[in-house]
Formats: sequence, C-alpha cells, structure tokens
Amino acid sequence: MRKYSVWQEMKRKKACYLYILPFGLLFFTFTVLPVAISIILSFSNYNVFSMPDFIGFENYINLFFNDDIFLKSVLNTLTIAIVTGPFGYIASFLIAWMINNLGQKIQFLMVLLIYSPTISGNLYTIWAIIFSDDANGYLNSLLSYFGLIDTNIYWLTDKQYMMTVVIIVSLWMSMGAGFLSFVAGIKGVDRSQLEAGSIDGIRNRWQELWYIILPSMKPQMLFGAVMSINSAFACGAVSTAMCGMPSTDYAVHTVVNHLTDYGNTRFEMGYASAIATVLFLAMIFCKKAIQKLLSKVG
Amino acid sequence: MADKKQFSQKFSHSKGGNFLNFFILVVVAVFMVIPFVFTVGNAFKPLDEQFLYPPSILPKVPTFQNFLSVSSLMRESWVPFSRYMFNSVFITVVGTFFHVIVSSLGAYAVAKFEFPGRKLFFELVVVSLLFNSAVTAIPNYLIMSKLGMIDTLWAIILPAIGSSLGFFLMKQFIEQMIPDAMIEAAQIDGAAGWTIFMKIVMPIVKPAWLTLIIFSFQNLWNTAGGSFIFNENLKTLPHAMSNIVAGGVARTGSAAAVALIMVIPPVVVFVLSQSNVIETMGSSGLKE
Repeated sequence: MRKYSVWQEMKRKKACYLYILPFGLLFFTFTVLPVAISIILSFSNYNVFSMPDFIGFENYINLFFNDDIFLKSVLNTLTIAIVTGPFGYIASFLIAWMINNLGQKIQFLMVLLIYSPTISGNLYTIWAIIFSDDANGYLNSLLSYFGLIDTNIYWLTDKQYMMTVVIIVSLWMSMGAGFLSFVAGIKGVDRSQLEAGSIDGIRNRWQELWYIILPSMKPQMLFGAVMSINSAFACGAVSTAMCGMPSTDYAVHTVVNHLTDYGNTRFEMGYASAIATVLFLAMIFCKKAIQKLLSKVG
Repeated sequence: MADKKQFSQKFSHSKGGNFLNFFILVVVAVFMVIPFVFTVGNAFKPLDEQFLYPPSILPKVPTFQNFLSVSSLMRESWVPFSRYMFNSVFITVVGTFFHVIVSSLGAYAVAKFEFPGRKLFFELVVVSLLFNSAVTAIPNYLIMSKLGMIDTLWAIILPAIGSSLGFFLMKQFIEQMIPDAMIEAAQIDGAAGWTIFMKIVMPIVKPAWLTLIIFSFQNLWNTAGGSFIFNENLKTLPHAMSNIVAGGVARTGSAAAVALIMVIPPVVVFVLSQSNVIETMGSSGLKE
C-alpha cells in the first residue's frame, strides 16, 4: 500500500526528476560511481587488461602491513594535512574576520589579494623557482647575497627542508572557497547584535568574536571545514611540482601520490582503489569529528 | 550625533588592536602576492637581467621581448599555439555555461520541491564535497575509457558540468533567496513550471550564477588535461606552459610571460564578480 503511494507521488512529481536529470546523470557517473567502483575494486586484483579477480582484504592487508612507502605517505599526508588543514582553516577564518574590520574599499582589495593564489591555479609552480636548489633560486641567491649561507641549500632535495617547503606552498594555496564563505558569513552577522553586545558588556574584539560572531557562523564554519578536508587530504600536486615524483627518499610522498603511482603508472587498479577507499573513510571520519567539535564552539 | 556603528566599535575595538589588525593583514597579503610579483618582474626582464646577481625583483630595462619570444617559441612547437588556446577557451566556456544551467535546474527542484529521494540526493551531494577529483581520478579513468571519452575534451568538460560544489551553492542560495510564496503566487497566476524557473528564479539568483561561473572558470581554465588526454592536439594552455617551463632556465622569461597571460582572465572575472560571490557565499553554510 505504502509503496504504491510513493510511486504515485513520484509520478505526480515527475517534473522534479526531469529538472534534476541532467545534473544527476553527470553527478552519478563522475562522482558517485567512481566512489562505488573504488570500494568494489579495492577487494580485487585488477590490471585493466584482464577481468578483476576478487581477493578479499588482501589489498588492505598489504597496504597496512607490507607497504612501508604507503605508511610513509600516510605520515607525510597527515603532517601536511594537520598543518595546512586546521592551521589554514583557522587562519582563513581569522583573516576573514580581520578583513571585516577594515573599510569597504580596502576590504575588496584584501579579499582579492588573499584569494588570488586560488584564482591563479598553476602559478604555484613559481615557488619551485623561488626554492630552486641552484644559485638561480631566489631564496638561495638572496640568502647568500646577505652572507647568511656559503653554499646553496637544497630546499627541494634535502630531506631536512622538503616538508617545510611543501607546507609553506600548501598554506599559500589554502585560502579557497572556505575563506570566501567566512568573509561572507562575518559580513552577514547582524549589526544590531554587535551593538547589543557592546551594551551588554563585551569589552574587546576577542569577546565579540567568541560570544557573538562565532555562534552565528557555525554553518559557514562547517562548510569551510569540508573544503579544508577536501584539499588537505588531496595534497600531492604540490609535492610533485616542487620535489618531483617520486621525491627524494619519498620525503614528501603523499597518499594521493601513492595512489597515482599505482593507478596511472603501474596499472594496479585494485591496490590503487584500496588506497582511495582508505582516503574516503578518513575524510568522512574527519568531517564527523569536526562536526562534533564545532557543536562545542562559542 | 555619533553614528551607531562607531558607538559599538569605540568600546570593543582598541586603536592599537586596529593597527595590529591592519599590520598582520598587510604581511599576509605580501606573502600571498610574492609569486605574482616575481612573475610580473620576470615577464618584463630582458634575458641578461634574468640571472643577475643579486637578483632584482623589478626589471631595470623593461622589455616586451619575452612576450614576443613566446609567439616564436609557439610557432616552432609541434602543435600551433592557437590550438592550445582554442582547447582551453572551448572547455572553459562550454563547461562553465552548462555547469551553470544544469546546476541551477537541479538545485531549483531540490531547494523548492518535496519529492521522494530529495533528501538522500542532497546528502550525497554534501558528502561528495569532501572528495577531491584527485582522489576519484583512477575509477574516473576506467569510466572514461568505457565511455570512449579518453582523448576527447568531453573527459574534462562533463565531470566539471556535474561538479557538486556549484550545485550545492546554488541550492543553498535559491533556498534562502526565493520565498515559497513567490513560486506559489506564480503558480496561481497560471505560470508553467518552466516559465517560473526562467522568468522568476533565474533572474533572482544572478549573484549565484556569477559565483558558479568564477569557480568553474578557475577550475577549467587551469586544467592541464591530466590523465584523460594524451593527444597533443587536445592539450590546453597550462600544458603548453609547462612545456615552456620544461625548456630550461633560459626560458624563465617566456614562462613568466605565459603565466601572466594565463592569470589575467580569471582575475578579471573575479574582480568583476567579487561582491556577488560574497553575497552568494553568505548562504553557503552547512546546517546540521
């Protein structure tokens, strides 16, 4: 009986499905389906040329127990993600908040300047010249000009510095859609609430931030968190552009680099899918954790 | 008579704090524009200044030589430069246009109508915001090859049209900006569903279009082709740029010139649409 009525309802609303159809088709084919395929293939041995054969949890067991480079890539990803994720997230919120204290015209300019790395896309490769190992690298020639170093520092091949360089460049790129959402959210905070707050004894800008602005911005905070997780866990392009693939001693090899290595170079799709599935789970877990945390803010 | 805004700020914002606030932002902004400054400087430096020691940021004798040598470099290249240009413009324009139309249509239905499966669909969209295309690249390759789209521009265009970020932003914006009563009134007046969408909804959500345009533009304009395109004839500007960079240090100037040319269109689009983008992002919040 109930099933019948759902069907009736669906037929009555068929226009809605027509509206969704074009987007839905593309979204399912290129976003939902890949995730489903990844999960299924992760339990198989598949090289594209022959049919996949299913091997249970073997890929996962190999991943966690027999693949030292994977464990290293997890560690690297976590290092980059923990610094650029939460730090970039909090920084982009604070910067958005500080921008809001400025005058209208200069606000416009600041948003443009600070968001510009995201607009410029491939310009981050300039950092590879800045940190270049030889005397043509801007940083090296600058440091030696001021007599701070006698020999060039191998920023991009010396394990001591590689991670720092990748993190700096990733931070440079971390002001994305989340940042714009914060700028907009803070602008949207009710003026009258701020005035009421100052009458009720808000003494400084930090109290204003904690008691008035933060509580009214939780939805934007969650959106920003989702965007941060998206880019923090997907880090890898920067490592490759700065330090090459594979990087010296895998010092900045990330999970996505590992995934590309197995998927695109070695055609071990089952194994690559297991790596992708681990990433999906980590991202979903991370979002849930942040959601819990945000419910305690303000 | 003191303005109300000044009244609230006088008590909660100290002068020293305001100064520090400004100072920090300037430092951050300088860090953000370092690569741009170098790029602009290098693009106008003659070859003999590229490797001066100590390096200078701005050229002493500015020249357009680098821009000219880009075109001669490109004439020597295997595929004419206009080909890369055409590919980039094509995927950006077509992908962005259909992304805006297709997302608005779907977002309107999800935002304003009740139907079975609506909640589940939107939840899937929200979860997918977490997943970067770098993470789904492998299975996407398999799907593309099954569909016979490897080595076609559609391999780049179609996934971008179905990008969930744009759909999500559009849905949030329509939900908050268009009251149900407005649609009901139009229905009572006898307007058909399609007319309501085109004549009432689309004009109101114009700020959201511009937002979708800037995000989609940024994404597509900077696509190099990745692992879906191997035919040199179908590669894009970012790929051409990386070819020049790979030519070695002697091409630093030309590489900077190309980078500068590439950065201009998305910056212009962003400058023109910034206030609309901020307006749209105000409704981007995720409630739970």
